[in-house]
Amino acid sequence: MAARKIEADTPELRAQWGDWTFTDANREKADWHIKKYPEGRQKSAVMPLLDLAQRQVGEETQTQGWLPLPVMEYIADYLDMPVIRVLEVATFYTMYNLEPVGKFHVQVCGTTPCMLRGSDDLIAACKARGMKKGHISNDGLWSFTEVECMGNCATAPMVQINDDNYEDLTAERLDTILDALAAGEQPKTGTQEPGRHTSEPAGGPTSLKEMVDANHDYRSEW
Amino acid sequence: MLADKDRIFTNVYGFQDWGLKAAQKRGDWDNTKDLIAKGQDSIIDEIKASGLRGRGGAGFPTGMKWSFMPKESKDGRPSFLVINADESEPGSCKDREIIRHDPHKLIEGALVAGFAMRARAAYIYIRGEYIREAETLQAAIDQAYDAGLIGKNASGSGYDFDVFMHRGAGAYICGEETAMIESLEGKKGQPRLKPPFPAGAGLYGCPTTVNNVESIAVVPTILRRGGEWFASFGRENNKGTKLFQISGHVNNPCVVEEAMSITFEELIEKHCGGIRGGWDNLLAVIPGGSSVPLVPGEQIRNAHMDFDGLKELGSGLGTAGVIVMDKSTDIVRAISRISYFYKHESCGQCTPCREGTGWMWRVMERLRVGESSPREIDMLYEVTKQVEGHTICALGDAAAWPIQGLLKHFRPELERRIAERENSVPEAVE
Repeated sequence: MAARKIEADTPELRAQWGDWTFTDANREKADWHIKKYPEGRQKSAVMPLLDLAQRQVGEETQTQGWLPLPVMEYIADYLDMPVIRVLEVATFYTMYNLEPVGKFHVQVCGTTPCMLRGSDDLIAACKARGMKKGHISNDGLWSFTEVECMGNCATAPMVQINDDNYEDLTAERLDTILDALAAGEQPKTGTQEPGRHTSEPAGGPTSLKEMVDANHDYRSEW
Repeated sequence: MLADKDRIFTNVYGFQDWGLKAAQKRGDWDNTKDLIAKGQDSIIDEIKASGLRGRGGAGFPTGMKWSFMPKESKDGRPSFLVINADESEPGSCKDREIIRHDPHKLIEGALVAGFAMRARAAYIYIRGEYIREAETLQAAIDQAYDAGLIGKNASGSGYDFDVFMHRGAGAYICGEETAMIESLEGKKGQPRLKPPFPAGAGLYGCPTTVNNVESIAVVPTILRRGGEWFASFGRENNKGTKLFQISGHVNNPCVVEEAMSITFEELIEKHCGGIRGGWDNLLAVIPGGSSVPLVPGEQIRNAHMDFDGLKELGSGLGTAGVIVMDKSTDIVRAISRISYFYKHESCGQCTPCREGTGWMWRVMERLRVGESSPREIDMLYEVTKQVEGHTICALGDAAAWPIQGLLKHFRPELERRIAERENSVPEAVE
């Protein structure tokens, strides 16, 4: 179990976040989420709404975003559910940040398939830049977490930075990506292996070669 | 090797567009109305005849699972299909490729499967970390709604069926079907005691079937080509084609669709460019995602990659996430890292798992450096047996099995480390 606790409820926290509400655009999105669930089951939307809230906080603070207590209270009120039920959800799922994070949340996968392909080097590269768990770098750019399997095992090792995955990494390739992000550029996402498209074998697919250049329809061969 | 014309996921590598028009050109959504017109019983019979077993790990026969759903609602409760896209098992990365490159196969499958089990809607529960994948899936769902393929009178069939996407937020345990249902209801993802089984009382207390992404996405093709076609691949009781995901120490890790029961050697040689450093350099393989016990290299080379073939070796096919380890691997650390994973992902509900996963990991970490005694190896084995089978869900089992596999096949290595450390530490009292 991951031990997770929320940021302390202080007057400063209340002063900063006490009046927080969804923007009009996010209120529309929230209501769209709620409609996916049957009448009276609006509580089902707590996860998408917490995600929306975290993203809005992220935009407001120029970071990946997090969930201050007053924001979670707002969500509880929005869905007409007890605050403790929202807190239970927010503390159970690891993608909800319970404390402020940096502009970029560097999440290195360290589980066995990535470990076998060299995730130790990626973690070392992050540490060499002064990143450490639960700490925002002095320039406000970086937060670091070693995460569990991200489901990119055939293109390991990988990191997820905010919404994008960078796969087939080496320490040098990761450094290039982090430099680009720090400089305000958007590096190429996905695999970083030259010539590789996604999860086909490096060097070219061993099957479905016709699909590389054309949207082939195999039905005539059935 | 499986012929390209017999591959279901022809756009698995995403060289072509995932969108509706391109998918239709590849054969998706081709007269889906006719598939539905076959009728519920006929669809279920065809899936039973195909021999399809669930692709999420447990391998339960899919057609039979659907037949547990009520044929009529006596009390007005609707039925639901929940599609498990919470792919989080270390070594597994196949559903991601379906979702981001062939999402329309999944959505069409949801409609046909949902119709067959008389469901009112499907909820696709996708893991939170699949952020871009979820964007693609939602866009594909929107395309299908706009084209009238799902929704009211879906595909002109006269059947009303909705497909909704629900994103998780980083909890492996939500891949367990009742934890997934809890999570969909807006709660912590802690598994429910069974019975009642989901087919009786699942999502919102309504009859529910939970199926893996791959199990659902293959359905339209099976119905178009016939159960007999699908059953022509693989050995008896292990039919069909399957997405294999090979990671670790092969020359070219990849995701590839192959016939069930392909041998390990053929899979690796045909698609992965061989083992890094050659076959003599192969140490061990975890053949079905982190939950299954490892198999020593010499035993797996000629093994059939299917449910029964790997069971004979004391392991399992699981999700077919094949983790290959060569002789450079610190095998104790590789398994200890998996123990850490289960410690991290235990939901905390059952004591043997909540306490046991942490305890097992800490002992594994000491065994890794030999800071232990041979007696403690036996104790660790005892503890894995006390966790296994004593929890509500299978996470306790999944945490125990990798360690049991290590102890079964690599005990001499553990003892060697203990002896080495004893010899290197100077006696305190001489």
